[in-house]
Amino acid sequence: MYRTLLIVIFSTVVALILVNILHQEDNYNLKLETLRHKYALKAIPSVSHSKLPALQRNFKTPQEVTEACLSCHTETHKEVMASSHWNWERVAYVEGRGISSAGKKNVMNNFCLGTNSNQQSCAKCHIGYGMSSSHFDFNNARNVDCMVCHDNSDEYLKGASMAGYPDRTVNLENVAQSVGSPRKSNCGSCHSFGGGGNNVKHGDLEVALNSCSREVDVHMGANGMNLECVACHTAKNHNIIGRLYSVSSDNTNRATCEQCHSTTPHLRDVLNRHGSRVSCQACHIPQYAKVNSTKMSWKWSDAGKLKDGKPYELEDSLGNHNYMSIKGSFVWARNVKPDYIWFNGTADHYILGDSIKSVPVQMNTLNGSYSDRRSKIIPVKIHVGDQIYDKVYNRLVQPKLYGETEGDSAYWKDFKWDDAVAAGMKESGLRYSGKYGFVKTKKMYWPVNHMVSPKGEAVGCAECHTRINGRLAKLSGFYLPGRDQNKSLDFVGYWMFILTLVAVFGHGAIRISMDISRNKYEKQIINYDEDKPAE
Amino acid sequence: MQQNMHKVYIYKRFERFWHWVQASLIMFLALTGFEVHGTFKIFGFEKAAEFHRTASWMLIGLIIFAIFWHLTTGEWRHYIPTTKQLKEQVIYYISGIFKGEHHPTERTGLSKLNPLQRIVYLGFKLILVPITIISGILYLLYKTFDQNNIIIIEDYPLASIAFWHTLGAILLMIFLVVHVYMTTTGKTPTSNIKAMITGYEELEDDQEEVKVENDSKHN
Repeated sequence: MYRTLLIVIFSTVVALILVNILHQEDNYNLKLETLRHKYALKAIPSVSHSKLPALQRNFKTPQEVTEACLSCHTETHKEVMASSHWNWERVAYVEGRGISSAGKKNVMNNFCLGTNSNQQSCAKCHIGYGMSSSHFDFNNARNVDCMVCHDNSDEYLKGASMAGYPDRTVNLENVAQSVGSPRKSNCGSCHSFGGGGNNVKHGDLEVALNSCSREVDVHMGANGMNLECVACHTAKNHNIIGRLYSVSSDNTNRATCEQCHSTTPHLRDVLNRHGSRVSCQACHIPQYAKVNSTKMSWKWSDAGKLKDGKPYELEDSLGNHNYMSIKGSFVWARNVKPDYIWFNGTADHYILGDSIKSVPVQMNTLNGSYSDRRSKIIPVKIHVGDQIYDKVYNRLVQPKLYGETEGDSAYWKDFKWDDAVAAGMKESGLRYSGKYGFVKTKKMYWPVNHMVSPKGEAVGCAECHTRINGRLAKLSGFYLPGRDQNKSLDFVGYWMFILTLVAVFGHGAIRISMDISRNKYEKQIINYDEDKPAE
Repeated sequence: MQQNMHKVYIYKRFERFWHWVQASLIMFLALTGFEVHGTFKIFGFEKAAEFHRTASWMLIGLIIFAIFWHLTTGEWRHYIPTTKQLKEQVIYYISGIFKGEHHPTERTGLSKLNPLQRIVYLGFKLILVPITIISGILYLLYKTFDQNNIIIIEDYPLASIAFWHTLGAILLMIFLVVHVYMTTTGKTPTSNIKAMITGYEELEDDQEEVKVENDSKHN
């Protein structure tokens, strides 16, 4: 009775433990629910700009709109003119370079190379009017473009190659009366089209996000929280938080997941603990470029081929250009698995005028390593290619690409590299030897921060904790359980185990065979004894 | 044959419970642990790691009970190493066992472990298990939260913690193989296992008297 009772108690305990281990309840994440409630309520503007008398007029120039804005928001231009959206550069301390300013003004990339001498075209994405050259007056408040960010009518559009002026079709009165908090389409009008087309540069920022599903981006999805960019990229005094290290250098003023989700967003602590060295993005963005393709490679050395003396374009099966006479050849990709690197929030860039230190040229260097405690693993898009450089001065050069007419030495019109580089470098205030070549550009890193997937699609444990082809296979300098092992210990241990098995089975086999032969011997004796009386 | 034998109670109830739970936990930990190590795939890494963590806490709990039991009952005395008859015991396993000789030492309530067992089990308890458990705890708590919810990471490289933990695991597996095999070297191939299940072992009569005397003295 006592015994049965014990067995019953014991087996109940075992059953309870097993149930506990094997059963997984989908717990209710209160933190997430609180956030959902917080962001479900959208602010209603306290002013309808359509009712303001200052805006009831026929604006002849966009500058008149700016003046009208400043008639009420009398100090706001100061905030805007202190921002990198206006200045196209930020001052930061960079290791090895000192205090330096970097931004679209001087950083080179391996897409359309750089802005110098091409401002007429590039300034389409400058929040100002009339930046047609490097002589733009950054102190003139009348040239601040309020509308590109604050237009809520979806009507505003900056003209192509108009130095930042709006397209001539835009009804400025309508736009001025519609203004409000920036929407995805405002930010996206520039940030989705970097590099000359939708999703060319970022891979995780593109026009599809304006109206996408939760699967594409769990935050911006129209059937999800439908958040605007500014929900996370908050902007006190027009100083918008967020850094992208294709142009940014320091670890300040960043927009982070933690600002809403805290450092312990998971119900399981083992996942929270990962957060010390693994960024949220690394697991929650299993792939980018989920809707439209992004450029992975750009070879300028192929540019300039003409058909019947005229430039032409070729398209791949998805309708993406894979060759353009004016730009060279491209490789596009969709649903791309990110690469992963260690990153501590500081970066250096190839700045126009820098000497080439190594080939392939590293366009931007994202600092960090496992041994640096501030570093985390982040997902990145890596864009490679080749581009033009000065063989004598050993540096990348800035060609003049855009021109209004032929004979203006612009490459996109004349297809003469020599003239284009000479013009571009003159505008940039740098010498050009007259001898150019093409040099490979490795690695321009684009941290991937958007296109966060719903939690069910997050990268699974075994995608990194695996010996073969894990996502983190290329990262070194640390021990990753499941991926790494001490090879000598494993080798010795394996053979010790096998030898033990062999020894044990050998020992057993000898015992059995000896037993058998002994039994035979004993049987013979018994037989002999039994046989004896019969004799 | 039966007439010459006598049943003796050797393994106490807690001892048997501890032995079998520890055995199953160690085997389960080996299964999940070597999966985390990447040796094979059964549960999937995520589940394996989770199970391993849970089972490891259970084993630690069990071992705390076992240590308490050893100390309070004086059972720890069984593990005091001795060189007396150690050589004979080794020689027995190398040659005598094949010739059908008897064990050079006999199991009694006073001394239920032979000299070889004493040394091996003592090593198991004082070296092998501590190596594995201490490295395991360091592994388990490699990253922890402090009061401010900030994650603290140990200064030791995880590679060396993992080295000791894997070494312990491999040695435990070798121990397991030899240990299981050794259970077959009793009176009959299953008599030792039966003893660990029921607690009773059949001993020859002449030893029995000594045993009873000793038992009454010590308990």
